[in-house]
Amino acid sequence: MLAKRIIPCLDIKDGRTVKGINFEGLRDAGDPVELARRYAREGADELVFLDITATKEKRKTLVDLVRRIAKELNIPFTVGGGIGSVKQIEELLHAGADKVSLNSAIVHDPELINRAADRFGSQCIVAAVDAKRTGDHWNVFIKGGSENTGKKAMPWIQEAEQRGAGEILLTSMDRDGTTDGFDLELLQQVNETVSIPVIASGGAGTIGHCIDAVKKGKADAVLAASIFHFNEIEIERLKKEFLKARIPVRLT
Amino acid sequence: MIAIINYDAGNLASVSNALDRLQAEHIITKNMGELDKADAIIFPGVGHAKPAMESLQKNGLDDWIKNTTKPLLGICLGMQLLYESSQEGGGTKGLGLVSGQLKKFDNHKQKVPHMGWNTCSLTSAHPLLHGLDDRSYFYFVHSYYAPLNKATIASCNYGTDFTAMVAEGNIMGTQFHPEKSGDAGHQLLKNFFELTKRQIPVN
Repeated sequence: MLAKRIIPCLDIKDGRTVKGINFEGLRDAGDPVELARRYAREGADELVFLDITATKEKRKTLVDLVRRIAKELNIPFTVGGGIGSVKQIEELLHAGADKVSLNSAIVHDPELINRAADRFGSQCIVAAVDAKRTGDHWNVFIKGGSENTGKKAMPWIQEAEQRGAGEILLTSMDRDGTTDGFDLELLQQVNETVSIPVIASGGAGTIGHCIDAVKKGKADAVLAASIFHFNEIEIERLKKEFLKARIPVRLT
Repeated sequence: MIAIINYDAGNLASVSNALDRLQAEHIITKNMGELDKADAIIFPGVGHAKPAMESLQKNGLDDWIKNTTKPLLGICLGMQLLYESSQEGGGTKGLGLVSGQLKKFDNHKQKVPHMGWNTCSLTSAHPLLHGLDDRSYFYFVHSYYAPLNKATIASCNYGTDFTAMVAEGNIMGTQFHPEKSGDAGHQLLKNFFELTKRQIPVN
């Protein structure tokens, strides 16, 4: 049975993890490679590295980092953040990333999904959508939730699938940064809209939230950052609770 | 020494990194002279069947693969191309080393691609499966699948039963990505590496 995936997300700036990380026994908690290795050992099914480096010159650091991660990691990983061209995608995939996550760039240039999927295959193109409740529906936001694009989330997600995205990374901007739980209504609607896998993001605070995202929200994978970084939830325990709730997971 | 076939249709870095972790000596090449010198071949692949097949033909590698007697492991699209044909791209002719045609998963029944970790039913005592069992999880990403046949050594279920691993003489293949499948994948690649050191059983 296909397992539901647990995906820790690491924010990267200038080649280092940025969020305060509370891990004992790490020589260097700011080293993404060491943290990635630890997550893989603990049973993470996949990792997402989100680059928030602002400057162009520093992006070379990212490619070098991806190369280092790929050497060490024997599970799949996705790289996202500021990716805007087929050439950049190619660089990251060649460096060893399994997937790239595209966000603002595809809002401005939806055709980029087609170009990237035609060239590299849908399996490595993740459409990241930051959705925020606006009246009776959700709109697509960019720039970390600060800019409303005016696009409605559901038709945009459907368009992303039709253009060749292989997966949706769905972040609720209403819940992101809170520990109030995932936006289940948003998840349900997206899952009714598309037939590609959906990763739930934004709002994880407890194991129960993660179980709800899968059982009620029908998510294929659950992504979170702080609850894993601060060791509030151990991946191993989360997976055991998933099993008790009759959700298939990969035990390592 | 293992040769990874480079035909512009694969995530070669991942396979190469996995072999590094196994300390298995290897090269990445499309040069037939170099392939001739290798003890075993890994035939990776991601993307679409049609351009991948065209790229093989352009480099004359299709005939080389058909004729080789070396242990060969096709991975993902690499495995799919070992079959007679695929429905992908309106019908693509494969290498024909394994009988059968690749079909597309029905996205009305379940999400496509089949993406993530899944277990397999091991249906053979093939040495490639040494140390693995029905609880081992492997990482899959694919939209087309190979139906079961007599060369199937492990099956997987996603809406329908399909071939997760195949072996016919020196030709072997995995639908999943062993290079991305954690410890279980590491074990499988190790088994393949061990096979290259001795004679291949004929099934």
